[in-house]
Amino acid sequence: MIPERFRYHRARSLDEALDLVAQAPGQARILAGGHSLIPLMKLRLAQPQWVIDVEEVAELRGIREEGEVLHIGAMTRYRELMTDPLVARDAPLLALAARRVGDLQVRNRGTVGGALCHADPAADLPAAALASDAELELRSRRGQRRVALGDFLQGPLTTDLKPDEVLVAIHVPRRPGWGVAYQKFPHPASGYAVVGVAAAIAAESGRVARVCLGVTGVGPRAYRAAASEERLVGTGLDPEVLRAASAVVTDGIAVNHDQFASAEYRRHLAATYAERALAAAWAAIQA
Amino acid sequence: MESTEDLVSISVTVNGRRYADQVEPRWLLAYWLRDRLGLTGTHVGCDTSQCGVCTVILNGQAVKSCTILAVQADNGTVLTVEGLAQDGTLHPVQAAFSEAHGLQCGFCTPGAEMLAVALLEENPHPTEAEIREALDGLLCRCTGYQHIVQAVALAAERKGRGA
Repeated sequence: MIPERFRYHRARSLDEALDLVAQAPGQARILAGGHSLIPLMKLRLAQPQWVIDVEEVAELRGIREEGEVLHIGAMTRYRELMTDPLVARDAPLLALAARRVGDLQVRNRGTVGGALCHADPAADLPAAALASDAELELRSRRGQRRVALGDFLQGPLTTDLKPDEVLVAIHVPRRPGWGVAYQKFPHPASGYAVVGVAAAIAAESGRVARVCLGVTGVGPRAYRAAASEERLVGTGLDPEVLRAASAVVTDGIAVNHDQFASAEYRRHLAATYAERALAAAWAAIQA
Repeated sequence: MESTEDLVSISVTVNGRRYADQVEPRWLLAYWLRDRLGLTGTHVGCDTSQCGVCTVILNGQAVKSCTILAVQADNGTVLTVEGLAQDGTLHPVQAAFSEAHGLQCGFCTPGAEMLAVALLEENPHPTEAEIREALDGLLCRCTGYQHIVQAVALAAERKGRGA
C-alpha cells in the first residue's frame, strides 16, 4: 500500500518546523515516529500535502529535570521512556505504560508526542500521562502555550492542537515515592487496550493522600475517573472501598462497544482493571 | 524551503554498501529495498504494520520497513537478511534456524532472524521469556513459535560459548 503523493521536508530546527506548518496550515502533518501517521496515510485515511519530518529537531528531544517537573521531549520514543533513569525515578508510570505499547518494533519508533497528538482512544500512553497530570508545551509562530492533557484530548483522533502548532514536550510533576501501576486488557489481535487503567497513589500515614486514575479504551477519549478518585482519598483502601470506587470508574462515560466487547463487558472490564491497578499501585507504595 | 514535489535524494548504507538514489517521499523502505535495490529477502506480509515479517535493522534497531519511508532512512544504516551471511558462511542465527528447524514455509523467517539478531546484539543471554517478548511483533502462521524460540536460544547459547 502506497500513500497519496505528498511533499516531504526534513526540518533541521524547531523554528523551521514552525515556519513550515504556519505556511501550510491544515495541510501539513508532523512526522515523528510515524507509527500512527504512516499507517493512516497508507490507508489514505490521511492525505497531508506536506509531511514535516522532525527526526532531527534537537529541541524536541531529551528528558531533564526542571525543578518540580520532568521535561520529556515530544520526540522521546517509547523505548527511551522504558529505559530512562529519570523517568524510572520520577515518573515510572509512563515507563510501565510504554512497556505495554504494541510490540518491540513499534516501541523502537513510536514517540510520546506522536501518541498524544494522534489521540487514539485505545492507546496506552494517554491513560498514564493523564494519571501523571501531564501538561503539554505547544509552540507556534504566534507564541507558546501550556495545556493540561485532559483539556487537550477532545475525542477519537481529535485534540486541541491548532493547525500551526507543534507539540514540543510534556511536563509531568516529579513524583518519586508514589505507588503506580498500569493494568491492561489488550485486544488479542491488535494489542490495543480494550481497557487500560493507570493508577498513581500517594500515601500519608497509611491513608490515600492523593490518587490519580487514567482510563483508556473505554470512552471516546482517555479520561480521568474523578468519581472513583473522590471515593478513595482519605481511605485506607480497604477491599470494600476499593470495590465501590472501581465500580464507578465508567460513570458519566459513553462506553465504547464493538464486535469484540459490548459496552456492558467493557464496563465490567474497566471496574475489574481499575480495582487491580489501584491495588497494585497501593502495594507498590508499601513494598 | 528547499523541497521538491517529486524526487528526494537519499543515501543509505545497506548491508555495508552505500546506495544513493532519488526517491518519491511516499515510497516505503520495504519497497525501496525490494524494488529499487532488488533485495527481495525482506518480505512484505500484512503491509499494515502488524505482522513484522518486513522487519529490518535500521541504525541498530529492529523496525518494520513497511511503516518507514525510505526518506526517513536517509544517512542511515540498514541491515537486511541478505547482510547476515558473510563470505558464504551462515550467520550464527541463520545456522541455528536451520539446525533447530526454526521455520516451516519460511515466509516470516527474514523478519524472525532480524529480530533475533537485534535481540542478541542487545541481550546476549536472553531467557525464554525475553526471547518470546522480542518475537511478540512477529506473526508466524506455521510453527506455533516453539521452534523459532528454540532456534534463537540455540544461537544465544553458541554465541555465549564464543562459537
